[in-house]
Amino acid sequence: MPALTGHGPARNVRYHCLKRILPGTPSGLHYPSGSGTVHTASSPCLSDKLNNYGGKPQVNNEYTLEEQQFRSQVRQFLQDKLPEDIRRKSLLGMHLEKDDCVRWQKILYQQGWAAVNWPEQHGGTGWTATQKNIFETECALAGAPEVVPFGLKMVAPVIFTFGNEDQKQRFLPDILTSNVWWCQGYSEPNAGSDLASLKTTAHRDGEHYVVNGTKTWTTLAQYADWIFCLVRTGGPQEKNQTAISFLLIDMHSPGISLSPILTVDGYREVNEVHFDNVQVPVENRIGEEGKGWTYAKVLLTHERTNIARVAHSRCQLQRARELASDTVDGHQTLMENPAFAQKFAEIEIELLALEYTELRTLDAIRTGQAPGPESSILKIKGTELAQSIDELHMEIAACGGLPYVPWQLEQDFDGERIGTDSAVNSWLRYFNNRKSSIYGGSNEIQKNIICKAVLGL
Amino acid sequence: MDFSFSEEQQLLRDSVTRFIRQDYTFDTRQKTVTSSEPFNREYWKTFAELGWLLVPFSEDEGGLGGFAVDLIVVMEEFGRGMVVEPLLASAILAGGLIAETGSDDQKHDWLTPLMDGSLQLAFAFAEPQQRFDLGNVATSAEPAGDHYILSGHKTVVLNGGAADAMVVSVSTDSSKPGSVSLLLVDGKASGVTRTSYKTVDGHNAAEVYFDRVRVPRANLLGAESETLPAIEKVIDRATLAICAEAVGAMESALEKTVEYTKTRKQFGVSISTFQALQHRMADMFIECQQARSILMMAAMQLDTSNGAAPKAVSAAKSRIGKAARRVGQEAVQVHGGIGVTDELDVAHLFKRLTAIQYLFGSTDYHTQRFISA
Repeated sequence: MPALTGHGPARNVRYHCLKRILPGTPSGLHYPSGSGTVHTASSPCLSDKLNNYGGKPQVNNEYTLEEQQFRSQVRQFLQDKLPEDIRRKSLLGMHLEKDDCVRWQKILYQQGWAAVNWPEQHGGTGWTATQKNIFETECALAGAPEVVPFGLKMVAPVIFTFGNEDQKQRFLPDILTSNVWWCQGYSEPNAGSDLASLKTTAHRDGEHYVVNGTKTWTTLAQYADWIFCLVRTGGPQEKNQTAISFLLIDMHSPGISLSPILTVDGYREVNEVHFDNVQVPVENRIGEEGKGWTYAKVLLTHERTNIARVAHSRCQLQRARELASDTVDGHQTLMENPAFAQKFAEIEIELLALEYTELRTLDAIRTGQAPGPESSILKIKGTELAQSIDELHMEIAACGGLPYVPWQLEQDFDGERIGTDSAVNSWLRYFNNRKSSIYGGSNEIQKNIICKAVLGL
Repeated sequence: MDFSFSEEQQLLRDSVTRFIRQDYTFDTRQKTVTSSEPFNREYWKTFAELGWLLVPFSEDEGGLGGFAVDLIVVMEEFGRGMVVEPLLASAILAGGLIAETGSDDQKHDWLTPLMDGSLQLAFAFAEPQQRFDLGNVATSAEPAGDHYILSGHKTVVLNGGAADAMVVSVSTDSSKPGSVSLLLVDGKASGVTRTSYKTVDGHNAAEVYFDRVRVPRANLLGAESETLPAIEKVIDRATLAICAEAVGAMESALEKTVEYTKTRKQFGVSISTFQALQHRMADMFIECQQARSILMMAAMQLDTSNGAAPKAVSAAKSRIGKAARRVGQEAVQVHGGIGVTDELDVAHLFKRLTAIQYLFGSTDYHTQRFISA
């Protein structure tokens, strides 16, 4: 993918993908090829023609032959191996059980695809940024759940980048095979957007640290075997760059207790994790004492390839189109209601733009420019879009989403069904997903980053 | 021009406000919501004792006058407290229909126990295929001698879990689409089955199934096949009532948000000092004010009975729906993580504000109705 140069028209859009967003609709987009014919799924790849067009550099976002083959392989794998019950839950946007997540991740492990972001020497895929994007896209379109990020995507990169050999051997294999469940101990009740003000302390006592404090918003800590934590090893006056350390803590250690926090949809999704004189061996510290803040920041920029969740949104938007086309609204379908269609189209257009913002970011990574503040754009727009698609689903369900009957979404539910599963879950998903513009650095914090890092304000 | 409340209205408001602030705490409400009881029956008795159940009805019917402005005084405070007791479903909807269409005998038989607090009612109108079209009624009532034979499925019947009897919208003549009749149906009648549940915003509702239920002809309300205008009129009043509820809920959400930003400290200062948040709270305030204004407009139109009520109510529902969406979402966002937790009252205000956007027609629906009214 050459960088955008402005020479010549952008002509060959990834038609295969677009066709899947807009299957057979009369208003579907058509992109003429260089020879004036419509590029269809059966046409040969046009990238060669485009690359030779008039001898001028061309904007080109067609996948290479290898990438197309890779995509076919991913599709085949998903078709063969993705369990139907997990797919159903994931497409409905339901919460997955621990077993669902582990089962799927073990299937990925068997295929050698569990560790998308790891180097090959530790069992990773060694994929390019484009391959990762193809993989995430195909997974989302097929209805595969996203992997639980805390082990595979968050703590593992810190361990293989900053950990010692013992730590790599001790922790990475169980993460790779999803034998061990990890959770994250960053936020605290009084350290949210201002994460650096965290107060959980770790005092050195011989070969141990003694940890005291409370972490919060710890997702699915009730399942976790281990937690990775930012703790204060330096004094309260000391600078963050030297006062914070990165500790791996066994969740079964004496002195750890959990307080569940129910989210707005009534689900136990997050917890407070309390540490009361918890003894942590010094050998569980990653890297140097006082360098934890630096490591955490590296981690924060490390996993940003799928932050926009474009494919996930596209999949949900397609589902909204299907549902709205089946919903009677007066003398027409809801999809034919001009107000709804307008709203739908605006979201679809915004998503197309975001998809290209994401592709441009991938291209920047490919050409060696590290992902910088772009990830803030992707986070803001990605979450806003996902939330607006949630609203479309809620609007389709309308008052059909009022009944609070989450138990009927469970696989083994055999009681009387109220309304439709998609309707009753749509409101819950809307409520729950208001979190996405808050977590991972709130969208306000992301805007601060853009102001500071891009606009120089 | 006089936008100030009368002395009676002031007294009514004070009595509701006092109850909401002193007795109807968030914790008490949540106990009711998470219990298997449809609502707090002790509180319902209190409502009756304090005369609030008289508010929706005219003096002829034994009520306080039945003015829309009185109604919004009560509902606004209910919005602040997120009251789940079924004043709307039992009195404003079902009671309103009986008042609108019933004979003198029917009014006496049903409204008297309703107003003294001993009878629970519901209006079963929604059907799975209906969306917001009140005339789209598949539930049928076939005339058979001195009875009707009632069959069909009503969905999300508000207060359906507690109602002793229901007003049911039915089609008595399938050859006349859009013609709707109303029947009073005993909740215990043979062939009636109900599945009750709580709604996402803590109210009680039910799916109600009628399987060849025999309903005496004497239970017909109003003229056969001609009650759609009455239904629309009563739904308009109910729509105004939830608009008022939204105004109360939004103002409460704004106050709680402003208060929270003053106490929450990050980066060494109160987050209320961040201009990015200040401006958003100023926008929330403006939304609340616009919502209150259009609510007053619609309430006054409803009381003057000049034919402009449907358009005025749709204007209010459309504008207040927009405000409810924005204020609810912003209140959660400004609170941050705590805003998406079950323990915070603002999260529940947000859920009720979301429900109000869709009850009795979505924001888009009412915008379109405003155009065509």
